Amino acid sequence: MLGMGDAQILAVYILCILSSLLCIVYGILKWNKGEDASPQEIAKEIDWEKKELEIDDLD
Amino acid sequence: MTLTTTIVIVVYIGVLAFLGYLGYIKTKNTQDYYLAGRKANPIIMALSYGSTFISTSAIVGFGGTAGVFGFSLLWLTFLNIFLGIFIAFVFFGKRTRRIGLNTQSHTFAELLGKRYDSKLIRKFVAVVIFLFMPIYAAAVMIGGAKFLEAGFQNLDYNTALFIFAAIVAAYVFFGGMKTVMYSDALQGTLMLVGMSILLVFVYAKLGGVTTAHQKLTDLFNSAATREAVAAQTEKFRAGGFQGWTSMPVFLSANWLTVVTSIVLGVGIGVLAQPQLAVRFMTVKSDREINRAVPTGGFFILMMTGVAFTVGALTNVFFFEKYGQISAVYAGGADSVIPKFIESFLPGWFFPIFLIALLSAGMSTMSSQFHTIGTAIGRDLLGKDDMDQKKAMLITRIGMIIAIVYTIILAYALPKIWSDSIAISTGLFMGLCAAAFLPMYVGALYLKKLTKTAAVSGMIAGFSTSLLWMMFIHTKESTAMKICKLLFGKVSLAETSKYTQFVDPIIIALSISIIVTIVVQLIVSKKKQLPKEHIDKCFEGVK
Repeated sequence: MLGMGDAQILAVYILCILSSLLCIVYGILKWNKGEDASPQEIAKEIDWEKKELEIDDLD
Repeated sequence: MTLTTTIVIVVYIGVLAFLGYLGYIKTKNTQDYYLAGRKANPIIMALSYGSTFISTSAIVGFGGTAGVFGFSLLWLTFLNIFLGIFIAFVFFGKRTRRIGLNTQSHTFAELLGKRYDSKLIRKFVAVVIFLFMPIYAAAVMIGGAKFLEAGFQNLDYNTALFIFAAIVAAYVFFGGMKTVMYSDALQGTLMLVGMSILLVFVYAKLGGVTTAHQKLTDLFNSAATREAVAAQTEKFRAGGFQGWTSMPVFLSANWLTVVTSIVLGVGIGVLAQPQLAVRFMTVKSDREINRAVPTGGFFILMMTGVAFTVGALTNVFFFEKYGQISAVYAGGADSVIPKFIESFLPGWFFPIFLIALLSAGMSTMSSQFHTIGTAIGRDLLGKDDMDQKKAMLITRIGMIIAIVYTIILAYALPKIWSDSIAISTGLFMGLCAAAFLPMYVGALYLKKLTKTAAVSGMIAGFSTSLLWMMFIHTKESTAMKICKLLFGKVSLAETSKYTQFVDPIIIALSISIIVTIVVQLIVSKKKQLPKEHIDKCFEGVK
């Protein structure tokens, strides 16, 4: 089948395509899932940025 | 060098310079310079991850190796997609991003060090990156320079090497991670274009997918060609070779090389690559990681899948025209793809493929320079509470040290090791997997794993990997010459049927895992990290 010399090689040729399809299907199904950055996360990041700027304000 | 090729190269460098400038003006603080501000677009992140993953040596070197071993290398493509993208993004990526944010980590070494509350881990990981990643970067640089040299008759190897390094160094130095990711996305797109054309051309020329594969199968099996091919593959058949569309004989030297060194060595090694793991910390939420998975999976299929398929099928082209198989006609695996492009592809395709391969090398090298620079500048010399201007200055100095060190290695390695690209790549991948992978998995999933167990596993994996390379695995021990110097033979296992062909990653990773588990069982529960620290690290992790 598909001109391959043995079943293992045929299997891996198909597996490569299937694993790539798995990635595509997963991405489509989960496109809008997975929480966005939460308000706490954003606040945490702002805190860190403020802290870094305070250290700079060494000036 | 034709006028068209020159124009294409000049435009390409011009666009890279513009992206370098764009990254430079958008970089306001250390978080921008290290992690692109943690706000990267998912498609850009996926292309950046993929193009960092795939270097010139992955296409030319491993493509040529597929010309020798055939489609059995597709097992590596499968692992690259399933482990390197799906498992890496879904099971490693989300937790890496979240724990990285909770601990405010900017580098891979910092992530592991802060997660285990261990300065030793952070420094050790950074030292491994600083000492060994330049060897891998030098391999990428050598691959790129060799292709530049082949493409331009008037350009010698040393000049090509310097030009290649200088262009990448300039845009990484000024633009940091933002420029690295912008340029990676451009380069990844160019690589996709080049490899798509290559795949369509090869299958169309050979009469379609099934016909092409059948021709390759018949090359080894049919009465008309069997004798001529058998004569050219005599030595190889003794190692277990059964044709390009069949797996080698189980447990033969060829099987052990394909399965342990190529498939598992590179396939597993990719999970603990610092320059790839840090990509997960560049996006703002788990949703971005979900959205990056399809691009990553398709990209890797089109890179390694196409390179290995085309590499194997070159045998049909070379045999039909010259009566010789690829490796014999090209004079070695590394020359198979360049010779094939030169002999069979239309002239207009050369500048496209040249740009695709330069992109593959540059995108990998830019991330390597960035990772080495940040390991020196932030983990080894810097302090977390340092002011941003000073931190970026030290990182840039670190980057200059990394670039100079890499260039020196790129000049020296080919004089010391004959197969320097493959050895250098395998060496770094193997070391990373053995030293970092158990500890990295523990950091993401095992809240009770102690600092002592993590450190023990890391040191056991690192030292076993290095010792196996120096004294047992013939491919590296022959090149390193240490075993020959001390014991008068190239490997302590040179008389064994199997041991000398087993890749270091199989042994070292197993020992690293066993040591981590044994030490974890021995050490007291009091040694576990404080609950408050673990809660802080895993805040928001599901």
